[in-house]
Parts: sequence; C-alpha cells; structure tokens
Amino acid sequence: MSEDKKAKKPIKKRNRAIMRSAILALLVFAIGYTIYNSVTAEDVEFLRTGDKAPDFVLKDMEGNQHKLSDYKGQGVFLNFWGTWCEPCVEEMPAMDRQYKEFEEQGVQVLAVNIAQSDFEVQSFVDRFKLSFPVVIDKSKSVMTAYNIRPLPTTILVNPEGEIERIVTGEMSEQDIKGFMEEIRPQ
Amino acid sequence: MTLADISSNLLYVAFVAYLIATFVFGGAVRGNKEGSFKSEGRWGNIAFIITIIGFLSHLGYFFTRWGATGHAPLSNMFEFTTAFGMTLVGGFIVIYLLYRTPVLGMVVLPIALLIIAFASMFPSEVSPLIPALQTNWLAIHVSTVVIAEGILAISAGAGLIYLLKVVDMTKKSNQRFWLEAMMYSLVVVMGFVVANSYFTLTGYEAEFTYIDKDDNESSITYNMPPLVGMNEYTALTDDAMEPLFQTPPIINAGKVTTILWSLIFGTALYWSIRLIARKRIAAIFKPYVKNVNLQLMDEINYRAVIIGFPLFTLGALIFAMIWAQIAWSRFWGWDPKEVWALVTWLFYAAYLHLRLGKGWQGEKSAWLAVGGFAIIMFNLVAVNLIIAGLHSYA
Amino acid sequence: MENLQCKCGHINPPGTILCESCGRSLTEEEQNKKLADMRYEGTARRSQTYNKSIIDKIWNFFSSVKVGVSIIALLLVAAAVGTILPQAQYVNVPVRNDATIKAYYADVYGEIGKIYHFLGFHDLYGSIWFIVLVGMLAISLIVASLDRFVPLYRSLKNQRVLRHRSFMNKQRIYAEGDAPADAMQKAEGKLKELKYNVTVDKNGLLAEKGRFSRWGPYVNHIGLIIFLFGVMLRMMPGFYVDETLWIREGETRAIPEAPGYFLENENFTLETYTGEGEEAKFEEAIDRVGSVAKNYQTDIVLYEAPEESLPGATDEMEKVKEHAIQVNQPLKFDGYAVYQMDFRQNELRAMTFDLTNKETEESLGSLTVDLVNPEKSYDLGNDARVDLLGYYPDFSGFEDGEPQTETPIPNNPGFLVRMFTPETPEGEVSFIVIQNTIEPLGDNQYKLTFQGAETRDVSGLTIRKDKTLPILGLGGLIFMIGVAQGMYFNHRRFWIQQQADGSLIMAGHTNKNWFGLKKDLDQVSEHASLPPYTDQQEEIETQEKLKNQQKVEGDELS
Repeated sequence: MSEDKKAKKPIKKRNRAIMRSAILALLVFAIGYTIYNSVTAEDVEFLRTGDKAPDFVLKDMEGNQHKLSDYKGQGVFLNFWGTWCEPCVEEMPAMDRQYKEFEEQGVQVLAVNIAQSDFEVQSFVDRFKLSFPVVIDKSKSVMTAYNIRPLPTTILVNPEGEIERIVTGEMSEQDIKGFMEEIRPQ
Repeated sequence: MTLADISSNLLYVAFVAYLIATFVFGGAVRGNKEGSFKSEGRWGNIAFIITIIGFLSHLGYFFTRWGATGHAPLSNMFEFTTAFGMTLVGGFIVIYLLYRTPVLGMVVLPIALLIIAFASMFPSEVSPLIPALQTNWLAIHVSTVVIAEGILAISAGAGLIYLLKVVDMTKKSNQRFWLEAMMYSLVVVMGFVVANSYFTLTGYEAEFTYIDKDDNESSITYNMPPLVGMNEYTALTDDAMEPLFQTPPIINAGKVTTILWSLIFGTALYWSIRLIARKRIAAIFKPYVKNVNLQLMDEINYRAVIIGFPLFTLGALIFAMIWAQIAWSRFWGWDPKEVWALVTWLFYAAYLHLRLGKGWQGEKSAWLAVGGFAIIMFNLVAVNLIIAGLHSYA
Repeated sequence: MENLQCKCGHINPPGTILCESCGRSLTEEEQNKKLADMRYEGTARRSQTYNKSIIDKIWNFFSSVKVGVSIIALLLVAAAVGTILPQAQYVNVPVRNDATIKAYYADVYGEIGKIYHFLGFHDLYGSIWFIVLVGMLAISLIVASLDRFVPLYRSLKNQRVLRHRSFMNKQRIYAEGDAPADAMQKAEGKLKELKYNVTVDKNGLLAEKGRFSRWGPYVNHIGLIIFLFGVMLRMMPGFYVDETLWIREGETRAIPEAPGYFLENENFTLETYTGEGEEAKFEEAIDRVGSVAKNYQTDIVLYEAPEESLPGATDEMEKVKEHAIQVNQPLKFDGYAVYQMDFRQNELRAMTFDLTNKETEESLGSLTVDLVNPEKSYDLGNDARVDLLGYYPDFSGFEDGEPQTETPIPNNPGFLVRMFTPETPEGEVSFIVIQNTIEPLGDNQYKLTFQGAETRDVSGLTIRKDKTLPILGLGGLIFMIGVAQGMYFNHRRFWIQQQADGSLIMAGHTNKNWFGLKKDLDQVSEHASLPPYTDQQEEIETQEKLKNQQKVEGDELS
C-alpha cells in the first residue's frame, strides 16, 4: 500500500464517523419527535394564553352587534354557555353581580350562547334578569374559532386584546371576582 | 334462461372442466414412467386445453354475472372467492405457457376446485351494492388484489410440489408433520363443504334465542345441529338438539358450531383417506412428484412472488388507500382487513429479503411460499367471518 | 483490516470477495466454492469492513439483512396481534375516556380483555413501541440501502470486460470448448440484435442488458422512506384536519377548522333497495338480510364569508356551490373534503297540539311549536291563546321546582304553557311532556293534546384536510416504480473470451429468471455455434442427489 493512501486513511475514517453519526442522529431525532407528537397529540390547544383573542361579531337579544375589538381598552369576560349546562346556570347570577361591580371599572361581560333558540335564551335572560349582553352564536363559528369543547368555558381577554386566561368548568363568585380583577384596565 | 342462470351454469361447466383436467394432469404425470417429457407433454397439453375451456367458461361466468348484477362481481364472499379460484387458474395458465409443467396443474387445479366449492357455500344470489361499494374502485381495487393473490397462490403451489418431493415421509420430522398438517387443513375445508352441503340438502334448521353482550334478547338460526349454544339460550325449534355447552356472549356459537362440524367431517374424511391408502396424504403424492425438476419449482415459486408482489402492493395497499381516502375519509384506519393486507405484504417483503439477502432458496423458500398462502387464506376466511370489521360485507 | 491486492495487481477495499477488476476469488472460503457469490457483485458491503467505534457498531446492526427481516417479522406479528380484539378506536362506549374503555374490555371480553388492555394492545398501532419499531425499520431501510448501493453502483459502473478464468467458470452458466473462428463476431451480432449492450476489449466481450433493474430495490426503498416521512409529518400538529360536524336539516353551521366556510344542510336522504322494478333481481338477497341501504346523501350548500368578515357574521356570506355529499362522493373545496359518515333520523322538529276542553273534548284550535324557534305566544283566535313560558328540549326532571334540560337536543321536549280561553281568561298553567301533562297549579279545564310532529334528520359529516397526501402519493409512486423496475426487468450479462488456443469460454449471469437467460443464450449459441453450456447449479444438485442415492443404497446394503 502506498504512503499516500495511508495518510488519507484517518481523514476518511473521520469523515465516515461524522457522516454515520449525523445520519443516525437525524433519524433518532425524527423518531423521537414523532413519538413526542403522538404522545401530546390529544392535548393540542389551538388557543393559548398570550395569543391574540380572535375577533368576532355577534348580535345580542336586542339586535345590537357586539364586536370584540370594539372593547379594546376594556377587559372582556367572554363566557360560553348553554341553558342545558348546569354549571353555566349556576355561575350566571354570580357573574351578573360581579359585572355590576366591575362594569364601571372597564370590564365587559359577553355571554355567548351556543346556537340555542331566541326563545330559550330570552326566557333564561328574563329568569335571571341578566344585565350584561347575551349573544347567540347561531352558526357555532365563534365556538369553532375559539375551539370551545366543554361548557362552560370562559376566556379572559385583557385590555390589549390578548387572552389572559382560559377557564374551563364552573367558577365560584370568588373566582369570578379574581378573574375580573385580572383583566381590569389599570 | 336469465343472464344470472347462464352465469351459474358457466361456473358449473368450469368446475367440471377443472375436475377432469386435474385427473388428466395427474395421469400425464403418473404415466410418465421413464421421466421423459414427451408423454407427459402430450397428455399435459390435452389437460391444458381442458383447463383453458374451463377458464373461458369461468370468465364467461364472471362477465355474465357482471352483466346480471350491474357491478363487478367482487362484492361479497361468494363472488370474491369464486374470482380468486379464477385468477388462481389464470395464474397457472400463464406459468404453464412459460414452463410447461403438468405437475403444477395437478396440484393447483384441485386447490382451485376446493376454493370454488368453498365459495359456493356462501349465499350466491345477486345482491345489491351498499353505498360504500358503489364506485369503480370496487372493480379496480378488488380485481387487482384478486389477480395478485391468484399469482401468489401459484408460488405456494410450486412450493407445495417442492415440499412433496423433498420432505421424507418415512421418517418422523417437523417437516413431515407440517406438510401433513397442510394436507389435513385442505381436507378440513373439504369437510366444511361436505358438512354444509349435507345439512343444507337435508334442510336442517334450528332456532334459538339468547342474551347478547348488551343484555338484549336476540335470536339465532343454526343450519347445522347446534353443538354449541349461545349465552343463556332457549330453543324455539322443538326437536332441536341440546347444545353440549354454551359460549360467552361475544362468541357466535353458530360459527363455532360450523367450525366444529367442519372439523368433525374433515377429520373423518382425512382418516378414511389415510386408512384406505394406508399412508399419509402427502405420501400419496410421492410417485407423482418423482420426476419433478426442483430447480424449476423453485424458480416458479420465486417468479410468481416477484410478479405477484408489486401487483399486491398496488391493489391491496395503494388502490386500497386511495379508495379508503375517498369512501371513509382516511387512507388507513387499522381495520382488521387492512392490517392483514399489511401483514401479507410484510410477509412477502420478508420472503424477498430472506431470499435475496440470506440466500433462502429451495426448501426454505418453499415453506415461506406456502406460509404466504396460509396468510392469504386467513385474511380471506377468518378475517371476513370471524374478526368483524368494515370489510365484513358477506 | 487491510486492503486486498489481487494477483492481477488490482487493489481492492477490505472485505471484497471477488476482485473488482478481474473477478478472481479473494478469500479462501470463496475460492473453495463451486459457484461465485454474485450478490452485490462480490463487493465489500461497506459496513462489514469497519467495526470499531460504537457508531460503526450501531450502523452495522441496522445494515444487516437479518436485523431488517427481524424488524419486519416483529411488525408483522405486532400488527396481527392488534386484530385479535378490536382496537379502542372501534369500541363503542357512551362516554369515551380511559376508564370506560378499560371497563369495556373487561366487561365484554373478560380476562382476555383485561390482559389485552393491560398490555396496551387496545391502542397497539399508536403505542410508543410500535412507532419505535416502524422508526427502526426506516433506519434499517436507509442504512442498509446506502451500505449496499454505493459499492454496487461503483462496481457495475467500472466493470471490466476481461475476467479471469476462475471467475468465469464459477458462474452458474458456463461453457468452454472449440468454436468456429467467426463465433465471437456472430455472437456479438446476435446479442446486439437481442438488445444487449456489447463492449469488446481485446479478445473478449461483455454483453449486458437491463442493468437498471439492479437499482430497483434502492428506488423502492426511497419510495418507502418518503412514505414514512409523510406519515411522520402527519403526526405533527397542523398537517391534517379531522373534525366531525353534526348538522341538522335546515341548519347552517361553520365548518370546523375551515375558517370562513359554512355548510347548510338542505336535506338528508336515506334510500334502501326496494326489490321492485329494476331491482327485482335483488329481491332474494334483500329478503335474506332484511334491508340493504342504497344511498346516504346530504344535500348541502357551501357558503364562504368574505375574507375580511369576522366569525359570527353570517349576513354577507356567499354561496360557493351546491353538492350532494354521498359515500364515495365527498364535497371538495380549497383542500378540504367533507364526507358523509353517519346520520341520525327523525329528530323532533315541530310539534302540533290541540287546545281541548277536558270534559267535552272540544277543540278550540291547534298550534304548532317550531322547536328550532319557538314563539312566546300562539294566538288561536276566538280569544283562545297559548303562551309559552318555558321550553326544555330534553326534559330531565325538576330541580327546585324549575324544569331542567339535559341537552339542547329535543329528545324529550317539555313545555311550560299558560292557556287562555274565553272560559278561563286568567289562564291555566300546564307542563307538557310527551304522553304526560302536569298541572302544577291545580286542576285545569283545558289541556293541550298532542296531534303530531314533524321530524328532521341529522347528518354526521367528517371534515378532512390532509397536506401530507401528495407526499404519501409520491412515496407510493416511487415505490411502485422501484418494485416494477427491480422485479419486472432482469439484469443479464454474458462474458465471452477467445483463448490463445482458439477455443472459447463463456459465462452468463442474471439476478433472476435464469429461464429467460437460457432462452437468450440458446438463440446466441445456435446462431454463433458456441460450445454447449451447463447450468452448474443444476449439476451440483444432480450430483448431490446421486450421492444421496448411493448413500441410501449403501445403507441398505450394510
């Protein structure tokens, strides 16, 4: 064997090692990432705190349009509900009481009903004498945009229009008070 | 005579032609005492012509039925299995034209006969298509699969001949056991055909009610004497036989009964053949395979796999995925039938790698080819009838 | 390991079996064989030659056919095991969570079900170990292909025409003997006629055909890797959409995951075969199974809202198209596909009642309550009126005197009404559910009697968008090209050399289909009067058979 070839050998060997390590590392990474994705696949959240709250426009019971971005500068307490959902019903009176406290301080409550009839919603509003606007998402497009699964879900939007917090499940009056304080404009 | 009647008569003609051809092929092989290919060739060609007649009649059945039903006759157990018998013979014809091997006919045609007989045990009236099947993909996907499986089965036929020749039936060995087990399972299929025909001809029927897995009362009709009863059964037919034991609610006792009767008839048949011949069934074939060219059988085995494998991939995986995407919104859903198509594909992939990479030729390859056929048959029979899934149309 | 120098002077990389230049056997084992090992042309599989660092060892592991086949076998067995009992995704439980699924396996399948679930086989194809196994298959595909393709490519590219005699006579097809002087020229001509590429060098020729078939396995492996890459992408968020949309007749709904698009369900149809007229031929089959579905169809209108419009604003949306979604006929738009997957029939839509006097059973008129949009008050004329005080679509009982509804779906509608008639101008309060009336404030003179109902159907649609489909399709296509290339074509070669004494030696090789090779050779031999060839493999077997027979006879004698 020539001297020349012998000298080349260590370089060749090193290149080979680098090449093989790189290919194997890439593949192992790909497998690892795939497993990571498959394990976390079920709890994918489309919206996270800190995201900009998707804008929407819905009509309330009086026919007034409510556009989320119109409330910029105020905190918005966005509550998704239905008359069949017991915890939703439970927390409504507390929400109404706290709304009266915080309305002056720049916190707006928007209760978004999921595609029920005007009659059902109106009789519900009348029964609890709700003072905040109640809007109906007839086509479920706002629900889809916010990827709402369980009811009730409450999205707290801060004065900058970002999502401050996502609450699923029933809230106590204490919770509601705390949340409203969180999104109250300073 | 309606088109449907013509169709079933053509199938009958095909069946008889294959039956005659089997014996002529056998005679051609057996008569060839000196091992020259001249006499074998002469009778072999006659048998081949009979096979061609049968095959044309079989094709006639297929297309007249297509005309009668208005859709490709590949939509239920009867139609698919009959078509499988047809492609098996078609595959044999192609291989015969290439290699002129009467012995292959002697082995493949009886298997085709058995398959057609098995098919005719299922309801054969012309049936309408459910919405999922109303597309050209039915013809495209299923015909590709059935052609591929027919060709792959030829590989098993060649493998079987190879094994019949090389396995020593005089000494106890694993090979001898498994080869004979294969023969036994073929006889059990025959047992199923005999049992089913017998009880159908005698018009046996027994009705029972039982409690199903959701605690509802359901009813079941047995077409064979109920050896096994359903969960908490009550007989509605007066003279029905008392089942020997009962199954848990998830198991269909009717199916278990059919399997048991097939085993009983098959075993009886097997032992009568053995007692009359006074040797194992595999040993009966020894004189017929004496002059077989092993090299040639190995080549046919391999050739059939390399022709069949790409076709199988195309039909059972690629076309299947395209159709599943269109009909079921996902190209793959781990439905049992899909999984078993994948299992079959993986098996033949392993076969090819073992052959090319590890030099598994000859006997090893023959065993693998036979194993592949077993998987295909499992997918056809067991997955359709036992493991319920989206494909259980029959 | 050291490089190997062949007698012909060529220096071969370590691990080589047959000299790259002349074809002489380089190892003692190879020299003792009757036939040369022509897999990969006797080149060194790259990985075999180095086995030092841990990386090299891992590399070698995945490069081995044995490991590859073992992975295939494990996948095969695992896949089959997953079909013993249904996978969790096909299991029907009212509420889907880990506990109910576990309970389902235990309840329905007993001990076996418990064990099956315990081992994680209820979600076998999504389990980590199954994904790892598929990943290992991918590694094996890549490593083994690289290891074999590179040396094979080099070796076939740098083929020499003249090979050593020891290489030639170890080929399966071999011939030697005298031949006419023009045999070489005639053979060359005939081989060219048979579409062989012929290269002549001094006293020898090499005829070759279908070399590209040798690349088939590597091409199909590339296809598989692309396919697996697509599958991997698919598991990442955002690459595909799989949503269910239950939509009632008459409803307009936003399509989940398809912002700005809306679907209106105009009508759902379920047809079954009648067995009459055109379908008379199916009568027997229909009688046997009871009924056979003919069509599931949802007639929809697709709307798109203007780009700048916000969720919730449905006033300005525009009709895009109408379509009848059937099984096998999904609605397609903008990369999405909407499928007919399921349905529920006969959901209550409207209910009609008569306001009747309980004693005389005289009716004062009837009212129809639209359950989608109930009204506050129904005027029946002649001073008769029914006010709706409350509507409970899925009445489930009272709580603190207040009627409750379980769901927003009208499964069991309850109505709290106040009935006004000329006789009862103050109004009578009544609570009505199907087949039951409660009179909470004492006996009434009047009641609402149920007359009839209108129903509607609900379509279960699936919305899909799959960005990986083109990648998967490309992978499948390349795989098919690869297998067709590798399996439907053969690589055939002949080497012919004129010896110093004028005699010829000839060898033939093919990667498969020796039968076809022999057919080619028969034509060439006849045309060029080449010496008769032998199939040495067959010869070896015949000899072995003879040996065995002699042995048997010997045994019998002794």
